[in-house]
Amino acid sequence: MTVTEDRTAEVGAPRRRKEDARLITGRTNWTDNIVLPGMLHMAILRSPMARARITQIDASAARSQPGVVDVFTGRDIADIQGSLPCAWPVTEDIVMPNRPPLAVDAVNHTGEPVAVVVARSKAAAVDAIAAIDVDYEPLPVVLDMEAAIADGAELVHPDKGTNKSYTWIFDSGAAGTGGSTDEAFANAEVVVKRRYKQQRLLPSFMEPRSVVIEPGGPGGGFTIWSATQIPHILRFLLSLLTGTPEQKVRVVAPDVGGGFGGKLQVVNEEMLAYFASQRVGKPVKYTETRSDSLLVAHHGRDQIQDIEVAANRDGTVLGLRVNLLANMGAYLGLVGPGVPLLGAFMYNAIYKFPALRFECSGVFTNTTITDAYRGAGRPEATYAIERIMDELAAEIGVDPMEIRRRNWIKHEEFPFTTVAGLTYDSGNYEAATAKAMDLFGYDDLRAEQASRRASNDPVQLGIGISTYTEMCGLAPSRVLGALRYGAGGWEHAGVRMLPTGKVEVVTGSSAHGQGHETAWSQIVADQLGVGFDDVEVLHGDTRSSVKGLDTYGSRSLAVGGIALYQACQKVIQNARPIAAHMLECDVNDLEFTDGAFKVRGTPGEGKTMADCALAVFAAHDLPDGVEANLDAEAVYDPTNFSYPHGTHLCAVEVDTETGTTKIRKYVAVDDIGRVINPLIVEGQVHGGVAQGIAQALFEEAVYDGEGNMLTGTFVDYTLPSAADLLDIVTDRTETPAPGHPLGTKGVGEAGTIASTPAVVNAVVDALRPRGIHDIDMPCTPERVWRAANQGSSAALGVVGQ
Amino acid sequence: MASVSITVDGVRYEDTVEPRTLLVHYLRDNLGKVGTVVGCDTSNCGACTVLLNGRSVKSCTVLAVQADGQDVTTIEGLAVGGELHPVQQAFHDRHALQCGFCTPGMIMAAVSLLADEPNPSGEQIREGIEGNLCRCTGYQNIVRAIGDAAAAMRTPGADRTVGATAGEGVSA
Repeated sequence: MTVTEDRTAEVGAPRRRKEDARLITGRTNWTDNIVLPGMLHMAILRSPMARARITQIDASAARSQPGVVDVFTGRDIADIQGSLPCAWPVTEDIVMPNRPPLAVDAVNHTGEPVAVVVARSKAAAVDAIAAIDVDYEPLPVVLDMEAAIADGAELVHPDKGTNKSYTWIFDSGAAGTGGSTDEAFANAEVVVKRRYKQQRLLPSFMEPRSVVIEPGGPGGGFTIWSATQIPHILRFLLSLLTGTPEQKVRVVAPDVGGGFGGKLQVVNEEMLAYFASQRVGKPVKYTETRSDSLLVAHHGRDQIQDIEVAANRDGTVLGLRVNLLANMGAYLGLVGPGVPLLGAFMYNAIYKFPALRFECSGVFTNTTITDAYRGAGRPEATYAIERIMDELAAEIGVDPMEIRRRNWIKHEEFPFTTVAGLTYDSGNYEAATAKAMDLFGYDDLRAEQASRRASNDPVQLGIGISTYTEMCGLAPSRVLGALRYGAGGWEHAGVRMLPTGKVEVVTGSSAHGQGHETAWSQIVADQLGVGFDDVEVLHGDTRSSVKGLDTYGSRSLAVGGIALYQACQKVIQNARPIAAHMLECDVNDLEFTDGAFKVRGTPGEGKTMADCALAVFAAHDLPDGVEANLDAEAVYDPTNFSYPHGTHLCAVEVDTETGTTKIRKYVAVDDIGRVINPLIVEGQVHGGVAQGIAQALFEEAVYDGEGNMLTGTFVDYTLPSAADLLDIVTDRTETPAPGHPLGTKGVGEAGTIASTPAVVNAVVDALRPRGIHDIDMPCTPERVWRAANQGSSAALGVVGQ
Repeated sequence: MASVSITVDGVRYEDTVEPRTLLVHYLRDNLGKVGTVVGCDTSNCGACTVLLNGRSVKSCTVLAVQADGQDVTTIEGLAVGGELHPVQQAFHDRHALQCGFCTPGMIMAAVSLLADEPNPSGEQIREGIEGNLCRCTGYQNIVRAIGDAAAAMRTPGADRTVGATAGEGVSA
């Protein structure tokens, strides 16, 4: 076999996705599609009360319903059920309440599981749930974070003696990464202080969570199919939680319909399906309803941010103080306590703050747990800093872009170690901003704004800026260890050369919409000189993908991509002696270019990877001492985070008479380093920006005063539809990541991190002449109208009614 | 129990079902047409959209008995003879899906929209698929894809595939 044609680079090509073929034809393998012989169905009775003692459960009527195989309550499994795990105890003295999969004596939020039915059909199981009688003794609820930590507050967990889970502090003076904020604020000519509210959000992945468990035979163990982002972490933890030897636990994440952090959890339902399957000795399936999902699948955000900037009169920043309350919900989720920490290092953003102090307390309330949601900590931090930079600009009377220019890290200053102790490896804020302003028509829009202001147009124009960066590619294991996270941040890849020259690739990061099968194929095609279609990417099954740390924190390509690159390099190394033998040359005279080994400096035919794979398969004529194997694995542990950045600009038209906000133009220029597949990248930006716009304008999870979820369906939790959004303008600058062999940075969360402050800055900018400097998210027409008309006594009279 | 006779993707099925059975559950549980999925329980998300006599319906809002004697097309019956429908092809070409869970419903809604309005504006497309939620894409590529499919379907005698439009408008 010879290589004659020139190969076209796959990396950088807008390859259409391999994944699509099954997804556009309905030949998918969602967990809820799985049917096994003898499979039974599980339904869960959930608490209607936010806080109560369970005084009695009468399940006798349910047990005698037709088709019901088993009914159990918390008391039946109290001794064996253990506690759902929190893997991120952020401080030594963190308060960690027990989180039982099934409530025993008390419930602490609405939707908490109280009883389980296993039946022949889903309908029979749901019918039987209605026949279970539970007596609750209601208890006072704790909902407001500030009230929860006030003296004498009612306690979510009285045995813990406090509603404060932890307090975590970073002080640049103490850490030696910067100065003292006390000094900075004492010397400041200008201090701007604001309070921002990060409303509670519902991740709202489109596929409701689902789980199927098949108990093993007499040898024990089990197989679990779960709509999860974290099959490997789940395997490890299920082994510990159930006492099952890890080699007897197989986890499969089949087609998974979105996650956004919302499926980064070990959930009650997985454990309950496990107990159910063990009790009945049969496969058991549970699929949640959307109402269940919105009520109990972990929520995101929900923070109160007090932020304070010290600056000189010329706008040079001197110091930053942040005091955060983070709502943990009733318990601690898998990584929930760590979410604010992921933001802690991002408050200084792209700016050269000499001093930073960050303090965060995690607070218990009688609500569903919060945990990772797209961006996890960084959107919150970016929102607060990008909002308050606008406030600082207004305070000193300069354009908000100018305040950023005066304070950001200049291109020639990279690598730059920030006041938070992170070393930003690369970036070019000037280039991204220049491109964004050009695409946006910044000056023209400012002129139009001035003219609308001058004519007192009822429709005012607002311009919002977000010059963001973020830390992703989670994460250097040592850093995670220093932050007391329970696991590492490496990733694994394997490359298997098949005898016919085709390639099987195994990745430890588990895709659920990101397009790994396509992007990984592009990388391998270029590295090994094989065809894009000759590569099969395996993931999400711990039997084939034995090792990995899964998908979150924009890590798949930034970390897993390097593991894949390194595994490919090892395959090439393994092939070298074999190719040299076939070409009858010294190994040192070989070069591997354009998909073939050739003798350096001589024209003529080379030997491809396929040639080597076949030679290894036959193994008739291998050099002495050379193993008949090309396959290789690699594990990569990053030494630093990945720092994508960009400039997002948003223009809104705010109708002061109706309060409606219409986004007129949105420009996103992102620098995510080198791009493997621009089609996929653009899709990630579109979707990320849409979710950030949704936080700014549309979405909010609301509880009433008794802890009932008022936004438990898509009627009330207003996910934007196509008619609510617009075509955004996307473009890129490209500053390759210097530490990454492919030069890539993470992109999965960037859009969400950048867009929320861009939109809210625009809304506030529209109304600033009316004395408005903040509007709570989401900026609904009602809130905007109230803000726009707050000066009018007639309007206030209407509001009063 | 009620007797029904329903043609699904060109095959006639005769079954008895509980009267309360929703069409989507009949499709999934009785026929194994699991390409059609359930995304919510309030008829908001549209993931379960199928064609009933050629018009889109949310199959979670139709009882199986209401489909008695009628013709249902699901995502699994859209491609003819192994050839993708222009809307399916355009979704692929335009990267109009990520996780793909909303995709069957979104495609079926788009097919119905284009039957009503063969030459829709961007705004008409956005309003036409308002009843179908997607959490991944921000809809931008879905709108592009439906526009492309409309153009392909309007071309007389045109190849049913949409053609090589991948990457257009995408800076490489």
